[in-house]
Amino acid sequence: MARYLLTRALSLGLSLIVASVVIFALIEVIPGDPASYMMGLNATPENLAALRAELGLTGSPVTRYIDWVGGMLTGDFGTSYTYRVPVADLVADRIGVSLPLAIYALTLSTLIAFPVGIIAASRRGTWADHGIMGATQLGIAIPNFWFAMLLVLLFAVTLRWFSAGGFPGWSDPTAAIKALTLPAIALALPQASILARVMRSALLDTLDHDYIRTARAKGLTRGQAIRRHALRNALIPVLTIIGLQFSFLIAGAIIIENVFFLPGLGRLIFQGITQRDLIVVESVTMLLVFAVILVTFLVDLAYALVDPRLRRG
Amino acid sequence: MTRLPPALILGAALSGLFLAAALVSLLWVPHAIDGVAIANRLQPPSATHLLGTDQLGRDILSMLMVGAQTSIAVAILAVGIGVALGVPLGLAAAANRGSWLDEIIMRGNDLIFAFPSLVIAILITARYGPSATNAILAIGIFNIPVFARVARGAALPIWTRDFIRAAQTAGKGRIRISAEHVLPNIANLLIVQATIQFSLGILAEAALSYVGLGAQPPTPSWGRMLSEAQTMIYTHPMLAVLPGLAIVMTVLGLNLMGDGLRDALDPRLRRGRA
Repeated sequence: MARYLLTRALSLGLSLIVASVVIFALIEVIPGDPASYMMGLNATPENLAALRAELGLTGSPVTRYIDWVGGMLTGDFGTSYTYRVPVADLVADRIGVSLPLAIYALTLSTLIAFPVGIIAASRRGTWADHGIMGATQLGIAIPNFWFAMLLVLLFAVTLRWFSAGGFPGWSDPTAAIKALTLPAIALALPQASILARVMRSALLDTLDHDYIRTARAKGLTRGQAIRRHALRNALIPVLTIIGLQFSFLIAGAIIIENVFFLPGLGRLIFQGITQRDLIVVESVTMLLVFAVILVTFLVDLAYALVDPRLRRG
Repeated sequence: MTRLPPALILGAALSGLFLAAALVSLLWVPHAIDGVAIANRLQPPSATHLLGTDQLGRDILSMLMVGAQTSIAVAILAVGIGVALGVPLGLAAAANRGSWLDEIIMRGNDLIFAFPSLVIAILITARYGPSATNAILAIGIFNIPVFARVARGAALPIWTRDFIRAAQTAGKGRIRISAEHVLPNIANLLIVQATIQFSLGILAEAALSYVGLGAQPPTPSWGRMLSEAQTMIYTHPMLAVLPGLAIVMTVLGLNLMGDGLRDALDPRLRRGRA
């Protein structure tokens, strides 16, 4: 177990180093001067020099990289060029929208996918199975931002059950959760479709094993055998996908937050992009990538707990 | 030859329809889309404009046809990048199984997999300016590890076969064996994977151009048609519905075709799924 932990932790560290180098290189090193990009075409040489000094662009790339990473490690994400406030403060404000949204969507997707996948597997080959498989094909093919627009059209414009966007803040939790409901559904649907398919095929794989045949021979119905025996063994591929989905939810949330005008991290990145505030874009992207890589690591650890065989790997 | 699965036929028909629309639009569209005719704006469907006109008076059917060109071109080129770089890497890794080369290629793959691809695509297009080229590069980079992994995984069992040993005895090198004997045997799987990545590419292109980081005006694209329609969703919902339907039908068609091809090419799966 110790060895497994150590190799996973090493690969976590390596991924983070490579990720930070790539992001830093994309933003600050590869052709083009970030300062002139941020100030636009009309910048005077003096202003550019001043901005370069302010952004710390005067040193060599290596010292700048070390400063940036060192700052991130101590919670200093730099200062936003447009807002003139620490990026860490902006992030702290926005994470209260993005994180609950991702968790809400992941919960919805799991709540939909588990029963749907189990029904499809227990009734393999019936009309219920075919119907579910067809619906999930459709769910995978729908871009989540378009689905979001359709939800707005139906529930906000036509039925007027929800508002079309915006976020009232957490002072009124009911209103806050209501504001996150349509975005969470839009994010959850494609993920639920993928998860339900994985659930079904993982269960079907498990059903071929001898212990299921034994359970059936003892008089359990197909559904009972699935619930009591197959489900736990099918959880490993399902867990993998749930871990991966966190990454998709973060990327998806960037776009969905823009559809619903939610003040989350995704919208912060886009404001950074349109205002050419590269410091915000750089640090927030690194934060999102860090979150994704960390979740992958935690999922790896979760396997080892679920399946002792993997600890030796 | 057994009967083709219905999903494969439906998938091929749907994707064929949009491919044909894109090809036809290279030569002919019902109405030119570069002219703005404000007098004609926001017309409902009619005999002249089968799907109506948009906020600038452009024919929506023509816009969708030309938009298909953009989506398909971006997705095909992004798949091309993945195949051109990923397949040789995967073949090289398989040919040198267990070596430092194999190790480096596979660990590099894991690293790229760990990145949230759309976040990095947004970063690239944001920093180097939004354009179709940057969208292709951003989507294409993430196709490389996918094809490398599929190629390696499929090539490994081939390397244990007798005809490979025969080729080695005949004095052929690893590169030649990979190209002449391994590649043809894994082509089926690569084609299936290419279909899947093609559909993912169309979704990614739509997302990027929806947020303004894909093809730039005046090049029509489905994603940008959706973002332009968003402000008019209250008054003219059809503007937001039609481009989305085009995306869904194309992606659905490609996915069905990919699944159908996989089943048709691999009899073992066909039995397992029935």
